[in-house]
Amino acid sequence: MLNESLDPRVNRLKLGAPGEVIKVEEGENWNVYEVFHQEKRGAHHEHVGCVHAPDPQLALVFAKEQFARRKKCVNLWVVKSADILAFDVEDEDMFANNLEKTYRDASGFKVMEKINKFKQTK
Amino acid sequence: MYGGGYIFDEPNKKQLWEEQLHDEPEKLAAFEERIAKGEKIEPGDWMPTEYRRQLTRLIEQHAHSEIIGALPEGTWITRAPGFKRKLALIAKVQDEIGHGQLLYNAAETLGKSREAMINDLLSGKSKYSNVFNYPAQTWADVTVIGFLIDAAAIVNQVANSKGSYGPYCRALERICYEESFHLKQGHDAFIELATGTPAQKQMLQDALNRWWQPIMHFFGPPDKTSQHSEKLMQWKVKMASNDDMRNQFLDTYVPKIWELGLTLPDPALRKNPDTGRWEYTDPDWNEFFKVINGGGPCNEERLQVRKWAEEQGRWVRKALMNPQDRRVLPVA
Repeated sequence: MLNESLDPRVNRLKLGAPGEVIKVEEGENWNVYEVFHQEKRGAHHEHVGCVHAPDPQLALVFAKEQFARRKKCVNLWVVKSADILAFDVEDEDMFANNLEKTYRDASGFKVMEKINKFKQTK
Repeated sequence: MYGGGYIFDEPNKKQLWEEQLHDEPEKLAAFEERIAKGEKIEPGDWMPTEYRRQLTRLIEQHAHSEIIGALPEGTWITRAPGFKRKLALIAKVQDEIGHGQLLYNAAETLGKSREAMINDLLSGKSKYSNVFNYPAQTWADVTVIGFLIDAAAIVNQVANSKGSYGPYCRALERICYEESFHLKQGHDAFIELATGTPAQKQMLQDALNRWWQPIMHFFGPPDKTSQHSEKLMQWKVKMASNDDMRNQFLDTYVPKIWELGLTLPDPALRKNPDTGRWEYTDPDWNEFFKVINGGGPCNEERLQVRKWAEEQGRWVRKALMNPQDRRVLPVA
């Protein structure tokens, strides 16, 4: 090392030579898991981000450190990102539809009008 | 903490920038219109190659800064004065590592693997915030970092959280929420020294003198020398110019330093009452470029410690790489 470190712990390490090439191999940082956070029992789990982990168990451990160390949390889910099936972004237009939706809305059915009309004719 | 305004770019890529703007004019126009309307760009969306490249660099360097930034502060965990300060510092350092993870994830959505980013950090190809190439010599340095470097980073991150790329904005919102504690605990520790014994006060003043130039460097070179900032600002990759962010920082924090009876090592520093902007002596930008290119007091140590950690942790990562399949029950 060029300089003596101010950190005694660093000075105790056997550091490599300056400029030494260290390469991390692809896959060494494992898989990606999506994390879903539940704030209180009975609430929906909400997607909050992801963690890298070798398996679901460790994904849960890392998710707890990453997403549950501050705010309230009662439960977490993790799902391998690869296992999530989603629509393509380009297919967004398939969700476009007719704005006239009263046929599937409570307000689209006027029963009182009919009842009153029926009562008047009696 | 820790994203500065400065994004290191490799000089040979400048040509590409100009050419790609004419790639797919219709898609580009639609893309720019979406951004102008305030819409967020999401990972699956079409984006210009240069937008992807610049964002990857920006987010990746921000992530590296979080990870490397934990080193000078981590040094002081064992020596933090008192139980409460030690708890706060441990929590802060853990947060910074968490921020690094969030940011790496955001950068990964742009197509670059985590491993490739780490390799670029270790080889020196990818940079991190220059301030972490300086040592934290005393406890007062830690309070200056915790108060002023975090404050500077918040100025930058709050601006960036209103940018155009969805995953980066979401990561930054979470980060900014956590940073508010970092800033407050830093300010608290800073005030304790500033209002303490003459020796404590002197220790803080010395640290402030040491850190003032790196802090002035933090937001990057002056606007007059920055390259292709205009397009990055139109694309909402960069949300404010370096000088504007520096000015905003000075405006908020210089009074908070002066009110404690401390001084700053720049006799020219003052707010011009006519323009409303701060005036200061230009910091030594040659020093800035020297340090970012490896010539600072701690560049070598930081990278060597990172390399050591990667080397020593490799057997654990590899041992876990091919786990036996386990049966998982449905979650709901």
